[in-house]
Amino acid sequence: MVDRKFDKELNELNNKILKMAALTQESIYLAIEAVKHRDRSLAEKIIEKDQEIDAFELDIDDFSVELLARRQPLAGDLRFITTGMKINGELERIADLAVNIAHRAIDLSDKPLLKPLIDIPIFSDLSINMVKTTIDAFVNRDAVLAKKVIEMDKEANLLRNKIQKELVEDYIAKDLSTLSRALSLFLVAQHLERICDHAKYISEGVIYLVSARVVKHSY
Amino acid sequence: MIKDPVIEVIDFNFYYGDKRALTDVNVKIEKNSVTGIIGPSGCGKSTFLRSINLMNNLILGARYEGKIMLDGENIIHKDVDVVELRRKVGMVFQKSNPFPKSIFENVAYGLRINGIKNKDLISRRIEESLKGAALWEEVKDRLNASAFDLSGGQQQRLCIARALAVEPDILLMDEPASALDPTATIKIEELIQELKKKYTIIIVTHNMQQAARVSDYTAFFMMGKLIEYNRTNLMFTNPEFKITEDYITGRFG
Repeated sequence: MVDRKFDKELNELNNKILKMAALTQESIYLAIEAVKHRDRSLAEKIIEKDQEIDAFELDIDDFSVELLARRQPLAGDLRFITTGMKINGELERIADLAVNIAHRAIDLSDKPLLKPLIDIPIFSDLSINMVKTTIDAFVNRDAVLAKKVIEMDKEANLLRNKIQKELVEDYIAKDLSTLSRALSLFLVAQHLERICDHAKYISEGVIYLVSARVVKHSY
Repeated sequence: MIKDPVIEVIDFNFYYGDKRALTDVNVKIEKNSVTGIIGPSGCGKSTFLRSINLMNNLILGARYEGKIMLDGENIIHKDVDVVELRRKVGMVFQKSNPFPKSIFENVAYGLRINGIKNKDLISRRIEESLKGAALWEEVKDRLNASAFDLSGGQQQRLCIARALAVEPDILLMDEPASALDPTATIKIEELIQELKKKYTIIIVTHNMQQAARVSDYTAFFMMGKLIEYNRTNLMFTNPEFKITEDYITGRFG
């Protein structure tokens, strides 16, 4: 087996994607913490930190394009780099959604708590777990695990529907003065559900990486 | 996978004396397609290519088993007319090898040895062949100049024109662009895409990206065996065998 410098570069790309994934998971976690604790300063930090994530996304893109140009990869190497680029884009979108949640946290920070938050932290745990699991599937080239994430997305849709239904029926419909706060929480649920969608898209990429089988648009 | 085969290779073995260079090769070549043959040095890919127009017959101790069917005829049968076979199956080599003659005479050569004497026909065929090889515009005003005055890329296209002049069905190319610079290489590759509309092309190449760019089908040989044969887009994104993946990604040492 030839010891290729290219393998080291692919490993470097892998590590960069893992770092990107860690940064985005941290953003989701902190954004929900900011919502839970009505912590404006924490929310502002997340918004500020997103610039760093955006720059890192561009760095990964540049590195990938350079590998494509210089190495002209084929077969598994080609699938790894092209999938890595897609995952990078999905992670960046996830980080943007964490920023959206942070904005909702700022909206809510100077208002009294509408209700004790139960389902939203559960939903946040689910979304972080989906992102973590999909990245585990990527690292271990595990198509079975990737498929589990795709299944988990159904749970995310149900949870969003439950939270939004409760906000509309128990708060907005009964007392219009809750509208602004309920709407913010309604949007938080929407953003969390979109995060889960992006975790699902990453898993579709992992399935392609492992098996060269395209499952996009089939779930 | 292959709907309209022009060549069918069946249980084909080739020996140099006692040494078996190709083992049980079975493959069908699609008409009007480009088939790339890849594999490490000594894997038998050039031996396979040269078997298709019996070029290996010139080697002492060369021996064939099995069949190579072309137009319903087994070409490795002893009664085959080799001159007629090589008219049908033209060949272009790694290093351009024009004769020390004029551009005109280089292309006319194959016609003359095939007994064609009609000057108008020869002139017409030369123009068509040079056009077919995308060289006409560059040489039409100096057909009597020496072939050696041409650049390396032009000489290789002249050799292609020479092969086209006798109106073959199949063109065998043994690393036709390996000695050329990127611009001349691109010209040859674009020419191959044009030529496949009229001819069936089989090309040996060491350059994976070239195989990926020009071929419709790819055959991977190793140690005299055809390991994998598939559509090029599948071969280079998702090869079936690990050994193919290791070879095309440069992990094979």
